[in-house]
Amino acid sequence: MPKVKEVCRHVRSKVAGPFWVTIDLMFDSQENYDRYSQSPTLSAASIGEIYDVDPATVQHYPVPALQVLKISYPRRGSQGGVEERDLHSGQQYTYLIDKEL
Amino acid sequence: MATEAEFSSVKIYVPQGSLGVGIFPEEVEYALAWGAHAMALDAGSTDAGAAYLAKGVSKNDRGSVKRDLGFLMDAQQKAGIPLLIGTAAQAGGDMNVDWTRDIALEIAREKGWSPKIAVLYSEQTAETMKAKLTDGKITNLPPLGDLDAATLDNCLHIVALMGPEPYHKALEAGADIIIGGRTSDPAVIAAFALWKGAPAGPSWHAGKIAECGAQSTTANTGQRGVLIEIHKDGFDVQPADPKTKALVTGISAHLLYENKSPWRLTEPGGELDVTKSEYIQLTDNTVRVTGSVWDPKPYTMKLEGATGDLYQSLLIVGIADPKVLAEPEVFHDHMLMRLKERVKTSLGLAEDEFDISLRMYGYNALSGMTPPPGSRPLEIGLMGVFTAGTQELAHAIANACNPYFFHMPIRLGEELPSYGWPFTPAEVDRGPVYQFVLNHVVHIDDPLELVRMEILDVAKAPTEEKAVA
Repeated sequence: MPKVKEVCRHVRSKVAGPFWVTIDLMFDSQENYDRYSQSPTLSAASIGEIYDVDPATVQHYPVPALQVLKISYPRRGSQGGVEERDLHSGQQYTYLIDKEL
Repeated sequence: MATEAEFSSVKIYVPQGSLGVGIFPEEVEYALAWGAHAMALDAGSTDAGAAYLAKGVSKNDRGSVKRDLGFLMDAQQKAGIPLLIGTAAQAGGDMNVDWTRDIALEIAREKGWSPKIAVLYSEQTAETMKAKLTDGKITNLPPLGDLDAATLDNCLHIVALMGPEPYHKALEAGADIIIGGRTSDPAVIAAFALWKGAPAGPSWHAGKIAECGAQSTTANTGQRGVLIEIHKDGFDVQPADPKTKALVTGISAHLLYENKSPWRLTEPGGELDVTKSEYIQLTDNTVRVTGSVWDPKPYTMKLEGATGDLYQSLLIVGIADPKVLAEPEVFHDHMLMRLKERVKTSLGLAEDEFDISLRMYGYNALSGMTPPPGSRPLEIGLMGVFTAGTQELAHAIANACNPYFFHMPIRLGEELPSYGWPFTPAEVDRGPVYQFVLNHVVHIDDPLELVRMEILDVAKAPTEEKAVA
């Protein structure tokens, strides 16, 4: 099974306002997008587990024209709050790239 | 304000992603030669956290903002076209607006210019918002729940995001330069086009594409600018640096950036829908976008509010001790438990009067979660974050924890280690914890209701003497 980083040309994460994180998985080909963007590894249940958030709040946006899967989920805590570890959420994608699809 | 029937096309120059990140003067000249009808850009967002709203300070330094603003005001003078700036000084609160206003006045006076400057304020008092709350005019956005009045009282500053309408009022008043408080990023860029009668779908979509300057082009940096031309059924985008290109891939992907949904963007007074947008490579360096739709909705303004009622002190040590590196989780859990006990016994505090979190840099500081089995750090930077209701108390907690940070072995009974302190004294008081606590919208009938406008007379306008940031 390939890892996320082996079928994506780029994966990035960022805050989408102070209360949401968004991850863009940019697949490296139409074939890999078709084959892997629906993988259980990227399901709401799996994302919920990886990021410790309620799966019911995880949103998926497939963008076939760009071969992109966009996943958004609410931050565990308010941006900049007492338990903040990654203000811009810029490093959150790293916990996904080695997961097997 | 012009009607859509009178409209043919309008050219907007967006010089950079945020005022003060560093402008390239040759791009300004290129944009003027291209025939820009207006210049528009934002100067901030919530990305960098709540501190800039809470403190009313800019993220970009004063010298850089003055330099960039100087180039743009020079262009405004030469070409006689308006300059629109949104979300002044990162957060767009009244203090942020005044800071930017004073820089503009300083430049104008130094150069002997007398532009007509309009200033738009969108900061709100807790009282005004509490009245809206009582009237049922404030609703929540997920993931936050319903608002209570105490949260509003707790905010140091509250702002409402403006749409384009206040900018239209300033343009109607003949403003050459508009310095706006908190504004939707696309709105400040779309404002002039909408005022000229441009169709709403392309105007808003162009505003979104250009909000980070040239980031959606091969220049790939918010320091560079873009040129957008909005016409009757779409818009064209090209970089302000002719050596770089706008390409279909980059332009069509930009709506993904920092946005929860790739298809729809909620804005004051409506929603931009790009599900049917089409992108074509018009020339070597220009992309044409058509099919963008504006879906009008009842008017709402998003609220942002910053609190700062908790305080933190830090301790930082470096750990290369092999026993700790072999079992970082065990060390973390033992230490956290013992620090909490120490604070309760030495300071007599209850569990809910303080918070301690340990961040093991080099191990799992960013995620806080358990790394895969077999992960072995080379060394650990251990940061203790001590939070309490006052700075004095946070400091006292850090103080009480100091001996454990210095000497705590992984297990009781082992010889005491001495971990690596980077500085003396060890305690770092970092001040308040600034947090955004509002994720709500206020429903209003008149887009100008919560906005105040002032027109400045450059010769007479007072400036507040403030320390240079």
